[in-house]
Amino acid sequence: MIGIEHYLTVAAALFVIGIFGLFLNRKNVIILLMSIELMLLAVNINFVAFSAFLDDLVGQVFTLFVLTVAAAEAAIGLAILVCFFRNRGTIDVENVNVMKG
Amino acid sequence: MSVLTIAFYAFAISTIAGGLFTVIGRNPVHSVLWLILAFLSSAGLFVTLGAEFVAMLLIIVYVGAVAVLFLFVVMMLDVDFAELKAEMAKHVPIALLIGTVLLMQLALAFGAWEYGDGALERVAARQGDQQNTAALGLLIYDKYIMLFQLSGLILLVAMIGAIVLTLRHRQDIKRQDVVAQMMRDPAKAMELKDIKSGQGL
Repeated sequence: MIGIEHYLTVAAALFVIGIFGLFLNRKNVIILLMSIELMLLAVNINFVAFSAFLDDLVGQVFTLFVLTVAAAEAAIGLAILVCFFRNRGTIDVENVNVMKG
Repeated sequence: MSVLTIAFYAFAISTIAGGLFTVIGRNPVHSVLWLILAFLSSAGLFVTLGAEFVAMLLIIVYVGAVAVLFLFVVMMLDVDFAELKAEMAKHVPIALLIGTVLLMQLALAFGAWEYGDGALERVAARQGDQQNTAALGLLIYDKYIMLFQLSGLILLVAMIGAIVLTLRHRQDIKRQDVVAQMMRDPAKAMELKDIKSGQGL
């Protein structure tokens, strides 16, 4: 029988893979964005697992909102990336200091 | 082993494999394809949990929109990805260290959670033999209508932002001049001459 622990394990593994990807691909901002998507997916798996096992639909409603924000974030992130590539000719983001902040 | 158990393990393994190959892949196009595998198989996980609507939404939104967006951007940008990957090995130890620490922290919280006070009274359980989609619809369009509208606003802002960021007006190319086309007079545009045979103009 599959319990909630199984789903939580999958989500934890996926989340750690996302973190791992963030540190592994410090230069390639496309893979960075994909890692963030993976982490959000892990959070969604947690939400849906708890929602199913507690019989509480609010978890799934929140998953919809996480999904919305993730889609908006991906669109804006990729738009900034395209803009950055046009100006600099590279997507190496390890030492981005255009704004000298 | 029941069918559900086999399905769970198959989807779980392919989700984690998809995630892992997304981050360690050498070619970003392959990374996007592995990401699509991760999304599809986690949609399968959602189906095993009885959350069909979220599963279908995951396929439509992530695989249909976000992953294709990634694919377009990866293929549009002319980047030397091998150069970006060159220093990847340097970061492996620190990434492994932080990943292990985080995994241990998550393991600490693994079995030690309990319900908050009054949490069980607040759950929005589905009524009777309601379908998942119908129950979610009742909840979203009734109790969470404000949040639903706000998420629409977030998408609108994201859309306008993405258009503003990427739109550029190039001056060095030929364009259609609509006003000039409309103000053109056909009578002056062409001149007919009657040329007698054997003679030039």
